[in-house]
Amino acid sequence: MKNGKFKFLPHTADIKFQAYGKNPEEVFENSALVLKKILVEDKKIRKKIKKNIIAKGEDYESLLYNFLEEFLILFDSEGFVLSEIKNINIQEDLKLKAEVVGDRAENYQVNEHIKAITYNEMFVKKENSKWISQVVVDV
Amino acid sequence: MNLKKISENVYEIPKKGKMLVSGRVYASEKIMKIVKQDKSLEQVKNVACLPGILKNSIALADIHQGYGFPIGGVAAFDLDKGIISPGGVGYDINCSVRLLKTNLTKKDILKNQKKIVEALYRKIPSGLGRGSKFKITRQELNKLLEGGAKYVVEKGYGVTEDYLHTEEGGFINGADASKVSERAVKRGIGQLGTLGAGNHFLEVQYVDEIFDKKIAEAFGLRKDQVVIMIHCGSRGLGHQVASDYIKKMEEKYGFKDLPDRELINAPIKSQLGKDYFSAMACAANFAFANKQIITHWVREEMKYLFQNVRIDVLYDVCHNIAKFEKHIINGKKKEVCVHRKGATRSFGPEREEIPEAYRKTGQPVLIPGTMGTASYVLVGTKKAEELTFGSTVHGAGRVMSRSGALGKFRGEKIKKELAEKGIEIKAGSWKSLAEESPKVYKDIEEVVKVVDELGISKKVARLKPLAVVKG
Repeated sequence: MKNGKFKFLPHTADIKFQAYGKNPEEVFENSALVLKKILVEDKKIRKKIKKNIIAKGEDYESLLYNFLEEFLILFDSEGFVLSEIKNINIQEDLKLKAEVVGDRAENYQVNEHIKAITYNEMFVKKENSKWISQVVVDV
Repeated sequence: MNLKKISENVYEIPKKGKMLVSGRVYASEKIMKIVKQDKSLEQVKNVACLPGILKNSIALADIHQGYGFPIGGVAAFDLDKGIISPGGVGYDINCSVRLLKTNLTKKDILKNQKKIVEALYRKIPSGLGRGSKFKITRQELNKLLEGGAKYVVEKGYGVTEDYLHTEEGGFINGADASKVSERAVKRGIGQLGTLGAGNHFLEVQYVDEIFDKKIAEAFGLRKDQVVIMIHCGSRGLGHQVASDYIKKMEEKYGFKDLPDRELINAPIKSQLGKDYFSAMACAANFAFANKQIITHWVREEMKYLFQNVRIDVLYDVCHNIAKFEKHIINGKKKEVCVHRKGATRSFGPEREEIPEAYRKTGQPVLIPGTMGTASYVLVGTKKAEELTFGSTVHGAGRVMSRSGALGKFRGEKIKKELAEKGIEIKAGSWKSLAEESPKVYKDIEEVVKVVDELGISKKVARLKPLAVVKG
């Protein structure tokens, strides 16, 4: 991607991506923005609805899985599609709090449905001074 | 990888290291060349290491890389020593196919394709971010999760024959709605009667060719007859059930010793194993009910378009499921837990699990093609019971990634090419059309040829599309 926030990698059946950031918060934020891109491409989503997300994990991978899964649940149950992450904070005990804004999906053309986040080839790690996540989602 | 060709269309991955049994791949040389390009054979090996696995870790001709277990994979486990795994079923629990027979012929459709496709597209939503017009209370949903297609027929959405002509009689026994999380319910409650996206579709097709006249007659199929295929699954509810139980099993058993985190499992007889089965059965029943509601709406819409139309369910088969079935193990009949992930049950004559109407012929096996290509009706065989725990392929199997497809194909062009072939299509977006280009799948003809030659299911009829609705 142009701004280096994330990139898609080849995968036969599903969608694989890496996201980047200078700290875990940023890599989590960019991972969530990939989900948005999968659903609605680069369309601008209005910031009409505010949601608070809470997630926890045993390690960074399960925290990322649980965090991203919240967006699938919001999409399926309330038709919520993300515009922007306002605040995100990850505590040392792997508890995450985020404030996100977005709009109802019915106001946009949705291209794809994401069935699940998977642990397949998943990692979250620090490489040199950069944080990287890798995720395969089942579509 | 060490791969031994045993005979035509049969390959063995010899037992080595932690493998408890050998791997078996039922595919042609041509398909094997493609299969070797991804990690699916490695996944066949990994499955062979799971406790209580019986006979072989099996992969069929439509194999491709999945999560934990390969897609196009079959594995059966001993009830005492064995495991049950959400990864062996997949995230789209009971992703499945139902075929409806009509009394229309191809020429009835030809002049009205556009009208039909528009009408069905409006009537049957993909449900992406919008939900469904089918409303149900929380309490009724619990009954639906336990009663499947039978429950919705009793509510007025169809006729008794519909669920009788569905695998497991339209609902899997042992479903317990209390084992499904509120999050899963939240994801699914507004999605009944929706197709979803990806490879799911609703297709008006015609019988292009009959290969076995006698069996086609028993199935009620004749040349040029119009049939309607519904391909969808358990939507968000099933995906969340899979995800919930993967997490629960990780918490309880850990994944450090597993070659792949997605192979997480629980002993069949453990509480968690039993709970997963009960929840999975609910998701499977949700999928049966989903297709029953869609069937009802298809009937309504088609009756509006063709006053004297009659629509009957030929059959409805599961593609992603775990089941308790009796199979011959070391010469003795034994109940085992069969996982079919991207595979279809293919029982031959006399099995009591199949509807009475098909007990003399063997069960109908429904293989959806990819958008714009042929689909097949096959018949189950005794040979499948010998070789593959009564299983056969479920489709063509992807060979090209979605991003690869988007780089190569354009939705608008695909629509035009299909129109030139006489196929009318309406999809949620150009993008979803490009991603499902017929060229990203293995050749369905080759896949069907292999299972027919092996005898694990036999060709009965080929179906070709006339009108396609995609999520």
